[in-house]
Amino acid sequence: MIWDRKIECASRDEMHKIQSTRLNAMVERIYKHVPFYTKKLDEKGIKPGDITDVSQLQYLPFTEKNDLRDNYPFGLFTVPQEEIVRIHASSGTTGKPTVVGYTKHDIDIWTEVVARSLTMAHIGKHDILQIAYGYGLFTGGLGLHYGAERVGASVIPISGGNTAKQITLLEDFKSTVLACTPSYAAYLGEAIKKNQINPKHIALKTGVFGAEPWTEELRNEIQQLLSIEAFDIYGLSEVIGPGVSMECKHHCGNHIFEDHFIPEIIDPETLEVLPYGEIGELVFTPVSKEAMPLLRYRTRDLTRLHAETCACGRTLVRMEKCLGRSDDMLIIRGVNVFPSQIESILLEIPETSPHYLLIVSREKNLDSLEIQVEIAEAYWSDEIKDLENIRKKISNAVSSILGLTASIKIVEPQSIARSEGKAKRVIDNRKI
Amino acid sequence: MIIKQISVFLEDKSGRLTQITKILAQHDINITALSIADATDYGIIRMIVGRPELAQKVLKEQGIAVQLTEVACMVIPNKPGGLHAALQILTDHNINIDYLYAFADGNKASVVIRSASITEAISVLQKNKMKLLQTSDVYQI
Repeated sequence: MIWDRKIECASRDEMHKIQSTRLNAMVERIYKHVPFYTKKLDEKGIKPGDITDVSQLQYLPFTEKNDLRDNYPFGLFTVPQEEIVRIHASSGTTGKPTVVGYTKHDIDIWTEVVARSLTMAHIGKHDILQIAYGYGLFTGGLGLHYGAERVGASVIPISGGNTAKQITLLEDFKSTVLACTPSYAAYLGEAIKKNQINPKHIALKTGVFGAEPWTEELRNEIQQLLSIEAFDIYGLSEVIGPGVSMECKHHCGNHIFEDHFIPEIIDPETLEVLPYGEIGELVFTPVSKEAMPLLRYRTRDLTRLHAETCACGRTLVRMEKCLGRSDDMLIIRGVNVFPSQIESILLEIPETSPHYLLIVSREKNLDSLEIQVEIAEAYWSDEIKDLENIRKKISNAVSSILGLTASIKIVEPQSIARSEGKAKRVIDNRKI
Repeated sequence: MIIKQISVFLEDKSGRLTQITKILAQHDINITALSIADATDYGIIRMIVGRPELAQKVLKEQGIAVQLTEVACMVIPNKPGGLHAALQILTDHNINIDYLYAFADGNKASVVIRSASITEAISVLQKNKMKLLQTSDVYQI
């Protein structure tokens, strides 16, 4: 099943034309309305109108996550606030979140690409779709929601967590599709097994999983646990949210909806564009968005692209599963975490020193984050209640800023390695 | 009457306590009393030792988190109601105890008391004729 055959199976020439027209219009828009881009384009000597073909994309400046922070909160919006109908936010590299805005038209594009995605997994009006992605500032829940309604599925907006209720609804409502992070899917599968739920009471046949990297091993495990076919959906809020790319029945990489999100692969060191098939950093230009179109946004995800027509008939470029990151971002239970965020939280708390170590583990398919901290000498106490208060203070600050519960471990002073260069701040014991 | 207690923070790792007792032994420092408060993944050792300043210095040199805390050491009769009589005095004067540890030997018992208002605690105990140990009684035993 193909939602929009005209676009998804367009010839390379037709796609090229669509992209070129949209890129031209987008550059004009951002040059005119966003001072950040006026300056960047002027520096390169590029005038709006110069960019008439998508092949010229490589001459345009990049946008990085820090640029979003520097223009916090609405500095990169292309339209006045009256036209913004939705605002989402994800983690920034420091305490401030990364903010994204959508016009009515942008929400429509998003709905459309999610509709295409779900259709790729043969999801339609006969399905009951349980959305166990978080609803809220995170784009996962609401992102999936409208596209699922558009394909006519019956949507259950249960949101994340509350495993007992998830299982009850799976049994009672006979949900046929589960959408959540892959680690939560595995956790839910284990919980179903542990609670000795009769598999005949569960009607699931499809899973739509994303928001964190996952391996083929985890896919096999989830498929077995839940007796479903698992599909990978990829997205990031800076580009739009879930629905930037999606796997089809052939599971040979994610099809990128490149009429809206033009992909490139670059060498993260030299910033040169690399040919299809080579591993590098994925860069997107969300070319048709109105509220916040970004020029060449660096995702920091490492992967490669393939342009051959898929067995499903789609001509859309495919991306392989992400092989890692070109920065130090961690994805823990679907939440993006930068070590620098934790550092800035600790710097605000005088009782601790800014020396810390993050230990990420995965137990029973659920990620856990431990933050080891040292207590500043002036705040040393030989009373456990004082130390526990400090621990609570750190834990509360972390959970309110990251939206993630971390276990805080107080360690002996000077026990965290100091190094002159780049200190090793993260130990990731997960095998992703 | 204030006695200096040394407190050491230790992670819950095997061999850590032995490391402390080894350093103290090597420097000929005697431990008179000791108690351990344990939390989930760490503990705090509190000790009354001979030459507490030296103990603090040598432990610190080994990178150990050590702190001197002011406590009172009280001697009470080793009989029913002995501890109660002492504590009642503190309660009557609204003095809160943060922690205490005690041990009995023969017909006497020693109690180490830590309170945020330790000076006040000592003065009311003395006024009520409780026997408190002095520095010379406990150090270099």
